[in-house]
Amino acid sequence: MAEALRTSRDSRRAYPLVSDSWRTYRMVAGMWIRSTMTYRSSFALTLVTSFCVTFFDFVVILLMFGQVRGLGGFSFAEVALLYGTTGTSFGLADLTMGSLQRMGKRVRDGSLDTFLMRPAPLLAQVAADKFALRRFGRVAQGLLVLVWALVLLDVAWTPVKVLLLPVMLVSGAVIFAAVMVLGASALFWMQDAAEVTSSFTYGGNTLLQYPPTIFAQELVRGVVFVVPLAFVNWLPALYVLGRPAPAGVPGWAVFASPLVAAVCCGVAGIAWRAGIRSYRSTGS
Amino acid sequence: MAGRNPFVPIDRKLSPVQTSVPFIEVDSLEKIFTIRRKAGLLKRSKREVRAVDGISFGVERGEMVGYIGPNGAGKSTTIKMLTGILTPSGGRLRVAGIDPARERTRLAQRIGVVFGQRTTLWWDLPLKDSYGLMHRMYRIPDARYRENLDRCVELLDLGELLDVPVRQLSLGQRMRGDIAAALLHDPEVLYLDEPTIGLDVVSKARVREFLRELNTTRSTTVLLTTHDLTDIEQLCSRVMVIDHGRLMYDGKLTGLHAVGESERLLVVDLERELPPIEDVPGARFVRSEGPRQYLAFPASSSAAPLVAAVAAAYPLVDLSVREPDIEAVIAKMYGGTREERRESLM
Ligand SMILES: Nc1ncnc2c1ncn2[C@@H]1O[C@H](COP(=O)(O)OP(=O)(O)OP(=O)(O)O)[C@@H](O)[C@H]1O
Ligand SMILES: [Mg+2]
Repeated sequence: MAEALRTSRDSRRAYPLVSDSWRTYRMVAGMWIRSTMTYRSSFALTLVTSFCVTFFDFVVILLMFGQVRGLGGFSFAEVALLYGTTGTSFGLADLTMGSLQRMGKRVRDGSLDTFLMRPAPLLAQVAADKFALRRFGRVAQGLLVLVWALVLLDVAWTPVKVLLLPVMLVSGAVIFAAVMVLGASALFWMQDAAEVTSSFTYGGNTLLQYPPTIFAQELVRGVVFVVPLAFVNWLPALYVLGRPAPAGVPGWAVFASPLVAAVCCGVAGIAWRAGIRSYRSTGS
Repeated sequence: MAGRNPFVPIDRKLSPVQTSVPFIEVDSLEKIFTIRRKAGLLKRSKREVRAVDGISFGVERGEMVGYIGPNGAGKSTTIKMLTGILTPSGGRLRVAGIDPARERTRLAQRIGVVFGQRTTLWWDLPLKDSYGLMHRMYRIPDARYRENLDRCVELLDLGELLDVPVRQLSLGQRMRGDIAAALLHDPEVLYLDEPTIGLDVVSKARVREFLRELNTTRSTTVLLTTHDLTDIEQLCSRVMVIDHGRLMYDGKLTGLHAVGESERLLVVDLERELPPIEDVPGARFVRSEGPRQYLAFPASSSAAPLVAAVAAAYPLVDLSVREPDIEAVIAKMYGGTREERRESLM
């Protein structure tokens, strides 16, 4: 008996962080989905509501594209590609990490304590906190517009361009997620920093829906070199569309999204660790 | 199924190297909170709160230690550092050889924590769902899990609560649920921060019984914070008293009397009302109620010579010795005045 116990304990050691996080995420998200299911009627209600909201969003896009026949030299289908790619990437990041925005409350009231008591990575627990299936709506909407854009687009597809598409969606989602983690790290010091973060995430998403050509060069450079949101879709999409990179941006940058995403993750990871170390809980 | 099953003892592997080092090692531990406050339009003033101010102690495997002190002494802060929730500002800390803040998740597998003020249970789900999550999250082997759950359900009387959503549980029921949740993965140490807060007399007794059994049959190390000294008296052979983040006392509960310079009370019933007995050396007259007189003497000295002296000089009918009230002793350690102590003696 004791022997069996010992080996089972040994086998638990040192799981890689990523698979452990994913496992934790699934467990916690599952609990939240079940929690919402317990209020059956209200669950159905939120599902209906979110469907309606997404649908109306979509109607708005249709109306907008109906009015505008091209923006900053970009055709309607090209703008739709930008909209679809950033929408999908942001949707994926928001679906998985959106709860990080509301972590400020948990920091302030000290309920983060209970997460820190568990043998599971904190980030996965906080990200899965209050997980809501209705956030799928945003992803679905982004994908829909993306498919639509791909149907309409008149592009000479090469293997590189085809490959770049999923790479850009994943890298974009990772960049958005990293910005969300970075913003959440700031919550350990300033619990009202959430507004600033959402101006980068929600605001960034809105920005990236439009062609870079309609913005001032300084802004575009800032989004390339300072907060690297341009790597979410602008730069790779420019390549796919056969357009030149913005002035002052090196040519290889259009393929650099995965690299930028990795760097963002590194920075966010360091900030997150520093954040946990300075967590102060509350008196109890 | 008659009677209560004791816990199945676990053979904890004690490597010979580790036996010389305490299981919990705390050396000059510090936690300083910096509090920033607006002091004008742009200026900010900084203030430091030394919540834990250089505490050192060691706890051996299987010990049951009471950790007490007045409000704001730094008890919860210490426990949070021992868990890895807070990172110490200074000093050294090891639990089972692990630095809690650096390897929090690894340590979490081996410890159990109950904060009386917080719950780890899932508000909207039946109690048993929270346990199911523990089962998976801590990777508890199935047989072990079922065995531990059954035992906790039986000893903490949770049988009828398992299917009840946690939000419908009373405070005391939830507390018992939380204690069970902290023990399903066979932790080697259990930290309890005010585990009996809000419990009724029966539940308190049940929880104490449970903890005692856990400690004896499984040699689980227990560190307990409470404001109910009965918990300490009934459970802990060792207490640590802290105040203002400093360790004031560490030793046996009975030893507190000596340190606290506490006094015992000799209650003397005389044949008739007499003037105060003030001529017996080593005793101090406190007050009288008709023929009954109260004399105080140091808790550390023997009552026998005193009794002999009184009996020799006065017409004695009856006599008894009152032990000092532990609460009074601790109140004094917490900084109460001599006057307060005298009042509480009476
Ligand atoms: N998050 C925090 N930020 C600032 N100060 C804090 C924080 N947590 C605790 N303190 C301060 O640290 C000191 C110790 O607090 P702690 O909660 O450890 O006390 P305690 O011994 O548990 O008291 P009680 O018996 O009331 O629970 C208090 O002075 C408290 O004001
Ligand atoms: Mg406390």
